[in-house]
Amino acid sequence: MTSPQRPPTQRVVVTSPRTRAPRAPRPYPASREIDEQSELGAVYMRSLIRTQRRLGLLLCAVVCGSVAALPLVFTFAPQVGAQRLLGLPLPWLLLGILVFPVFVLAGWFYVRQAERSEREFAELVERS
Amino acid sequence: MSSGYGIVAVLVVAVGTMLVGTYGLRISRTTSDFFVASRTVSPWWNASAIGGEYLSAASFVGIAGLIFAHGPDMLWFPVGYTAGYLVLLALVAAPLRRSGAYTLPDFAEARFASPAVRAVASVFALGIGWLYLLPQLQGAGLTLHTVTGAPDWVGALVVAVVVTTNVISGGMRSITFVQAFQYWLKLTAIAVPVVFLIMAWHAHGARDLTGPQFPEFPKQTTVTFDTDTTFDASRATPFTGTGRVDGERVDGGGQLAVGRHAVAAGTRLTFPEGAAVPHVRSIPSNTNDVWALPMRGGERFPLYAVYSLIIATFLGTMGLPHVIVRFYTNPNGRAARRTTLIVLGLLGVFYLMPPIYGALGRLYTPELLMTGDTDAVVLVLPSRMIDGLGGQLLGALVAGGAFAAFLSTSSGLMVSLAGVLSRDVLRLRGVRGFRVSTVLAVLVPLGMTWLVGKVPVADMVGLAFAVAASSLCPLLVLGIWSTRITTVGAVAGMVAGGLPALVAGMVTISARGGGAWYHVFLARPAAWTVPLGFVVMYVVSLLTPRKVPPGVNHVMVRLHAPENLGLRSQDRL
Repeated sequence: MTSPQRPPTQRVVVTSPRTRAPRAPRPYPASREIDEQSELGAVYMRSLIRTQRRLGLLLCAVVCGSVAALPLVFTFAPQVGAQRLLGLPLPWLLLGILVFPVFVLAGWFYVRQAERSEREFAELVERS
Repeated sequence: MSSGYGIVAVLVVAVGTMLVGTYGLRISRTTSDFFVASRTVSPWWNASAIGGEYLSAASFVGIAGLIFAHGPDMLWFPVGYTAGYLVLLALVAAPLRRSGAYTLPDFAEARFASPAVRAVASVFALGIGWLYLLPQLQGAGLTLHTVTGAPDWVGALVVAVVVTTNVISGGMRSITFVQAFQYWLKLTAIAVPVVFLIMAWHAHGARDLTGPQFPEFPKQTTVTFDTDTTFDASRATPFTGTGRVDGERVDGGGQLAVGRHAVAAGTRLTFPEGAAVPHVRSIPSNTNDVWALPMRGGERFPLYAVYSLIIATFLGTMGLPHVIVRFYTNPNGRAARRTTLIVLGLLGVFYLMPPIYGALGRLYTPELLMTGDTDAVVLVLPSRMIDGLGGQLLGALVAGGAFAAFLSTSSGLMVSLAGVLSRDVLRLRGVRGFRVSTVLAVLVPLGMTWLVGKVPVADMVGLAFAVAASSLCPLLVLGIWSTRITTVGAVAGMVAGGLPALVAGMVTISARGGGAWYHVFLARPAAWTVPLGFVVMYVVSLLTPRKVPPGVNHVMVRLHAPENLGLRSQDRL
C-alpha cells in the first residue's frame, strides 16, 4: 500500500547535450564507402579526380600555352624577336633563362595546390 | 684536339662509374633491389638521379651544337625537355607512382588489366628505348673520336661494355647512386668551363656575338675532313692544303670560288685568319645577327617545325621508359611530386649552359660549320678559346662530363629496357633473366649504329620523344584521368599515334637528310601523330563502351587517393 504522504513520482527530462562523449561511429565511414565502390564513395572519388584534373590541365594550359605562344609572336611580330633587353636579344633571354624559374614556380604552385586538395579530401573522408 | 688529358678524363669517368656500381653491388641483393632500389630513396637523391639520367648526349653536346648551327629556334629543345617535367608533374607523377608498377607495361596492366594493352605498350617502350639509346652510343663515338681520334665505333663499344657490366652487377640500386653522382659531375663539367670561357671572351675584347658579319676563321685554321663533305662558299676563300677538292687533286695553295664544293675524305685544308667559313649544305648560311633571330632557320615550314618540336618534347618526356621507372623508387605519390619539382630546378640550372657554348662557337670554332660536326662544339671550344694547359684541362673536364652523360642515360635506358625485356618478351624471372635481358638490350642499338646516317644527336633524341608523345603519352594521360578509356581504345590509340611516328623516325634516320618538301613532316612527326593518338584513343573508346576494363573504379581509387587514408583499395601497394 502506498503512503499518501509520499509526493507523486515525477519524470524529469534531462536535456543536456553530451558534448564530451564520442559520437557513435557511423555504420559506414567514407573510406569504407570508397572501398566498397558504393555510389557515395564514387561521388567522393570523382570530386577528387575532377579537382586534380582541373588543376593539372589548367596549369599546363596557362604555363605551356603562354610559352608555346612565343613562336607565333616571333613569326607575326618579328620586331619583338629583334628587341634587346639587359644586353641580350629577347628570344634568348626568354627561352634561355627566364622560362626555367617560371617552370619551377609553376611546379611549386602545383605541388602546393595538389597537396592541399588531397588534404581536404582526407579530412572530408575522415570526418564523415 | 687529341689530348692525353681528355683520354684520362674519359677513363676516370668510366672507371669511377664502375667503382660506384660495384659499391652498389654489395648492398643490392634481392630482385626488388635490382629493379627499383627497394623504394628507399629520398627525393633529393632521386631528383639528382633523374637529372643525371635525363641529361643525355642530346643535352650535353647536342643542344649546343644545334644552337651553334641554327640559332635560337633550337632553344626549344632545352625548354621542351624541362617543360616535359612540368607536364609530367601536373598530369602523371603522383598517380603513376600510386599505380605501384615497375615498368610502363606494368602500368598498362594495372590500369587496363589486359594482356593486349600490356603487349603493345611493351613494344613501344622497347622501340622508344632503342631509338633513344642509339644517339647516346653515337654521341659517345663522336666524343671519343674528338678527344682521341679513335674510330667512331670505339666510343659506342666502350659505353656499351661499361654500362652493361655496371647494370648486370648492380642493377637499379647502384644505378641510383651512379646517376645522382653523375648529375653533379655533369653540371660541374659544363658549368666550370663556362666561367673560364666567358672570362676568356672578355679578355679577347668581348666581341659582339650577334654582329652583321658571316662567321670567319678567328685565326689560321687547319680543317681535317673525316668524311666526304659538300659545302657552300659564300665568298671566294683562299686555302692551302692537300687532298681532293671538287674531284681534283690539290697540293699547295688554291682558292674556293663562290658556290658548291665537294671535298673527299682525308683532305686537310688550311684557311687564313679572317676568311669566311663555308657551310655544309644542311646548315643555313647566315650572318651572326640574322642567326641570332628566331624563325630564321631556313626550313620550309618553320612554324610547323617549332610546334612539332614543342609538342614532342612537352608531352614525350612522360613516355620515356627510363624516366617512368624512376618514379617507382619514390616511397609515395607525394614524394613523387616533390622529386619532380626538384628535378625541374636541377634541369633549369643545367640548361642555362649549352646556349653559351653555342653562341661562343660562332666566334671561335666556326670551322665546325664546314665539316658539319656541330655536335663537337662543346668539346672543342675550351681548348680553342684558352691556350695552354688550362684549356686542355677544361677540355678534358668537358669530355669527361660528356662521357658521363652517355653512361648515365644509357644505364637508365638499359635498366628499363632490360626490365621490359625480361618480364614481357623473354619471360625470364629473377636476377638471371634481368642479366640476360641487359645484354640483349644493348646489342640491338649497337647493331643499329652501323646502319644509320649522320643525323644530329639532338634530332634523333627528338624522334624518340615524338614516338613517346604519340603512343605512351595518350595511354598515360587518358588512362589516368578518364574512366571511359577501353582496352580496344588504348591499343588503337597507341598504334594509330605511335606507329606512324616510329615509321617516320626510321625513314628519317636511314634516309640521311632528304630535301623533299615533306621531309619536315617525317623528321618532326609529333604535330600530326600526337593528336592522332589522342583522338583515336578517345573516340574508339567511346565507340566500344562495353570494353571498359572491369574494376576501373578500384583502379582510379588506387591512382588518385592519398596513401595515408588506409584505403583497402590501395593495399596492393
